[in-house]
Amino acid sequence: MLKLNGLSKIYRVGTFGGKGLHAVNNITFDIGDNEIVSLIGESGSGKSTIGKMILRLVSISSGSIVFNGVDITTYKGAALKEYYRNVQGVFQDPFSSYNPIFKADRIFSIIREEFFPELGDSEWNKKLNNSLEAVGLNPEHVLNKFPHQLSGGQLQRFLIARALLLDTHFLVADEIISMLDASTRIDVLNLLANLKSRGLSILFITHDLSLGYYISDKSLILYRGCVMEMGSTWKIYKNPLHPYTKMLMASVPRLDRKWEEENLDLETISPESFNGCVYYGRCPFAIDKCQEVPPLIKIEEDHFAACWKVSE
Amino acid sequence: MTLQVKNLTVYYQTLRGDVHALESSTFKVGNHEIMGLAGESGCGKTTLGHSLITLKPPMKYIGGRVTLDDEELPIQDMGEMDPFRFKKISLIPQYAMNAMNPTRKIGKMTDELLRSRNVDFKTMLPELKRRLDLVKLSDNVLDMYPIEMSGGMKQRMVMVLSTLLDPSLLIADEVTSALDVASQKAVAEMLVEFRNQGCCKSMIVITHDISILYQIADTILIMYAGQLAEKAPKDVIISVPRHPYTKRLIATLPEVGVRYAEKQLAGIPGGPPLLLNPPIGCRFRERCPLAFEKCVEVPPFIEIEENHFGACWKEFGSNA
Repeated sequence: MLKLNGLSKIYRVGTFGGKGLHAVNNITFDIGDNEIVSLIGESGSGKSTIGKMILRLVSISSGSIVFNGVDITTYKGAALKEYYRNVQGVFQDPFSSYNPIFKADRIFSIIREEFFPELGDSEWNKKLNNSLEAVGLNPEHVLNKFPHQLSGGQLQRFLIARALLLDTHFLVADEIISMLDASTRIDVLNLLANLKSRGLSILFITHDLSLGYYISDKSLILYRGCVMEMGSTWKIYKNPLHPYTKMLMASVPRLDRKWEEENLDLETISPESFNGCVYYGRCPFAIDKCQEVPPLIKIEEDHFAACWKVSE
Repeated sequence: MTLQVKNLTVYYQTLRGDVHALESSTFKVGNHEIMGLAGESGCGKTTLGHSLITLKPPMKYIGGRVTLDDEELPIQDMGEMDPFRFKKISLIPQYAMNAMNPTRKIGKMTDELLRSRNVDFKTMLPELKRRLDLVKLSDNVLDMYPIEMSGGMKQRMVMVLSTLLDPSLLIADEVTSALDVASQKAVAEMLVEFRNQGCCKSMIVITHDISILYQIADTILIMYAGQLAEKAPKDVIISVPRHPYTKRLIATLPEVGVRYAEKQLAGIPGGPPLLLNPPIGCRFRERCPLAFEKCVEVPPFIEIEENHFGACWKEFGSNA
């Protein structure tokens, strides 16, 4: 459904924008129909930037995004609007996604004005109710209210319902449950999984490995804009290959296992001129060869890793 | 017994009336104990932590007593608390990243901070360097401005600052929440190390992340909507919770190893009550599948088993 080919994003940094920061570095992967793919990484790994580039909220430095066989990288105006009928995003903070002066259902009327001006009232209401029910909300309870009268979970589901009003086939979900409480977040997560059965593909962006494991079919582990490991979620979690993935797995606090004693190397030495593996500075297994960038190599069926040690 | 809190009640003053954020809480924290304090947002965990050190408006002291090392803390009086702060009881605030003065170098700021407590910076310097070493920061940070440090480094720096005068009680409020998993683990382990090295006698670690507490805490206290729900040693809380809220809360946590396709987790239906006009009785009553007539009375927070405290009428059985 969606293909990313060598996608890169360079942010201009420094006093006069003289330096370039590779936020996303040459990333290639695809998301099939009915598939949930998680992007997992720490802060600064470029995971949100990828989501924003897919939504065309951030310009693309190089590479291309192909949606259903059409390159959308240069879409503008009417074509871009048509693209948004198919691709929508939901973001981390449901509270700041609304204008507090207006009622929360204003987000729906904007959609109606922009995309369905020809629809009659009864038809529209039916459509709206269907989509609210699809996300597990009772329209009578939630419509006609101000954002502060609704809970975080409700607001977040409102935004998903808004995305569903359109003929959405692809949803970018950027950390959508990290602001929600433990007792309500799992409902939103289950909702995403249910949407998949309605034919939606989802890009699930998270820093939480256990959430990624719970919901996704395929995972990408990112570090400083580069893919470290990629493949079927089950294979990555059962058999993590890259030292970075292993370190992440060992650091996740779990309820069934205590942390093992080991020294974590926190310092991230990153000379700008260094052209090797991005994880070189922190990697305990680094060898001389790591001063060259390792390619993403297929280790087994549906499981790729970018590490010289592993590919040996 | 380091800290003893008895019937502590703290409200927030608002224009629409009092918000009952912390209701009649009684608990103890022992010597060398790391007590985890967990709950959802708005359950009063930060209110509890802050009321022990800076109880200032809009917070309003309603009642209760706090003793630290057999000495009563005058928590309702901002001025009288001053000699205790930093020396006897200290806090690592939420968002410690922004806790440091951006216009001072770290060393200069530490100097000023110590001088305000009549402690000489020069004599503390060797100890300060030792502590920096403990959290894997080099001495050079003293010549740096906060902006030159990463989030994890700032967090560790604030940890060192807060514990410099060896307080009896350290309150760590959401210290690991804003960090990446790797830094999170390092910071959490350093907290334990601080306790082991005697940089503070006991600790209250406030977080919404129960799995972090399972790694570092000795006991865990669960709060719900301003009331204490359950306190027990961590293994007991995770494996045999007694309060229906704790049971459900733990069941909602997704784990590495649980997949939607194989095992669907369920959330807790409903939401926490508004604390402006809280419901009478047990505040979990409306969402609790086990609720019965008795629950309109507030259940006391009592010892159900040895070292296992709980507040649920269903669990008291014949002991009630």
